[in-house]
Amino acid sequence: MFSKVESNMTPITTPEIAVRASGVEKVYVSGDTNVVALRGADLEVHCGEVVILAGPSGCGKTSFISIIAGLLARDGGKLEVMGEDPQALSTEARTAWRLRTVGFVFQQFNLIPTLSIAENAAIPLILQGMDRRSACVKARELLNQVGLGGREQSSPVRLSGGQQQRVAIARALVNSPKILVCDEPTSALDGATGLRVMELVAQVGRMPGRAVIVVSHDDRIYHLADRIIHMDDGRIDRIETPASLRNAHA
Amino acid sequence: MPIFALKMLFGDSARFYGMLLGLAFSTLLISQQASIFVGLMSRTFGFVTDTPQPDLWIVDPAQRFLDDNKPLRSTAVQRVRSIEGIEWAVPLFKGLLVVNLPDGKRQMSQVIGIDDASLIAGPPFMLEGALTDLRKPDAIIVDERATRREFKMINPPEGGEPRPLRVGDTLELNDRRAEVVGICKATQTFQSQPVIYTTYSRATQYAPMERRMVTMVLAGLAPGVDEAQIIKSIADRTGLSAFNGEEFADKTVGYWMRETGIPINFGTAIVLGFFVGVAVAGQMFYNFVLDNLKYFGAMKAMGASRKTLLGMVFLQASTIAVLGFGLGIGMTSAFGLTVPGERLAFRMTWHIPLIAAGAVIIICTASAAIGMWRVLRLDPADVFKG
Repeated sequence: MFSKVESNMTPITTPEIAVRASGVEKVYVSGDTNVVALRGADLEVHCGEVVILAGPSGCGKTSFISIIAGLLARDGGKLEVMGEDPQALSTEARTAWRLRTVGFVFQQFNLIPTLSIAENAAIPLILQGMDRRSACVKARELLNQVGLGGREQSSPVRLSGGQQQRVAIARALVNSPKILVCDEPTSALDGATGLRVMELVAQVGRMPGRAVIVVSHDDRIYHLADRIIHMDDGRIDRIETPASLRNAHA
Repeated sequence: MPIFALKMLFGDSARFYGMLLGLAFSTLLISQQASIFVGLMSRTFGFVTDTPQPDLWIVDPAQRFLDDNKPLRSTAVQRVRSIEGIEWAVPLFKGLLVVNLPDGKRQMSQVIGIDDASLIAGPPFMLEGALTDLRKPDAIIVDERATRREFKMINPPEGGEPRPLRVGDTLELNDRRAEVVGICKATQTFQSQPVIYTTYSRATQYAPMERRMVTMVLAGLAPGVDEAQIIKSIADRTGLSAFNGEEFADKTVGYWMRETGIPINFGTAIVLGFFVGVAVAGQMFYNFVLDNLKYFGAMKAMGASRKTLLGMVFLQASTIAVLGFGLGIGMTSAFGLTVPGERLAFRMTWHIPLIAAGAVIIICTASAAIGMWRVLRLDPADVFKG
């Protein structure tokens, strides 16, 4: 099992609402064809909450998470993430905002194979201007907390999928972001490993002043979320809790 | 991020060595072929650089290059001497004559007849004997290279093993006796014939008699005179063309560049070297960037600025450029030091590494620019698309 992640990140005084999205729209234009990805999606995520975005492929989950993370511009609606609208910022300011506000866990891990796992985990700190040595020391602390202590100098390619995803989680958390955005974090992992990774993510997300949004098809991890938000055809279809899911299956 | 950028570069060892060797071979091809070209071209005016004494080389206006002899009347020397500002002027004979060796071989050779009195335009380095030995009867000085090659005696008159020509041996130039009194070292000629120095008067005796025997006039200027004015005076008063050494060398090289296929042949090899670099190293670097695009995308999503990412690609490109160029130019230098100069013309002037470096910079800049363009165009949201 993973060791408990200590709450040693910077204490954050944030609004109670981490994400407030209202009527968010997104249309992709491809030649003469318009593909509507989001048709007025509404969402509120509270600090300390772990939310799973679920739904069939093409329902707009990735577009929604990309807009929330400041990676994609919306075409309509309103959005506030930790009190700021990322789209209102200049490109440079939005990049800097992402760096200090959002942590990313990707489906394919995206760990650089030629760097050690400590160096991979240190990347956000180095991007923030910390010197490499200090950043790697901080990254080692995080790796220790996700159960990879002693393997800091290993190459990512020598790790199992679950271990690689734990490195990715350490990387996402190393600079104490306020929002953790995870894209299918368990899809490349076997069931048991995926569950352990999601437990770690949920544990992190419930820290004060932080929220976690996870895009996932994997219903085996739904019980670890506070809410499961089902999307369909670019809209929020329904919202469930682990309790309501249990009742439905009972 | 610079160290991480370099680790990404060096960590992909197969591609790194591919790019390194691609650039190194590109540099090698460009610089080696260019050095051979310059070496060959230098040989076309080697006699000019071997002869630093004259300020002016005075020739028939129709002469197109150093070896394009258009002999002058013997009075040309006096006419040049009569021009104010000329301190001295001497005749020079330069022509191809047949040499008969004691062992019966015949060899076409470049015979240079220098002024009997001043011995101006003698060989640049004497290895055996002295230049003044040319004043002895039938004296000639032979280039050392020829003593080991064209003039090497397969069947020496005294018998025994084949041996190089040496001081004291006698040859026949146009059926007249010539005695080797010295061995010199001269720049190899473009046509690679043996070089023989003798006095002007003796050279004109060796050569078949013609009405005009002065190949060119060499002149020195009085101190402080205007060279351009003297050149104009020579043209006006003698109808001859005068050049300083640099101009005469340029005129000679210009002829070979314009009138022969040599530049095209070497240029083709040089261009080929450039395209080897583009095709191998440029393509590999671009693929390297493409392969790393997902990592650049992830870093972009995480908050890496454009400047940071472009800096990483630039550092990777410049590192591989410096290493590839260094290896390539080192290989060229090793080639130049290893291969005997008499067999292969090789002269790496300071321009050649600059040209090769320019080519490498173009290759790496172009491939890096395309890579950077891909990084700039990269939509960070793509990292969520797998």
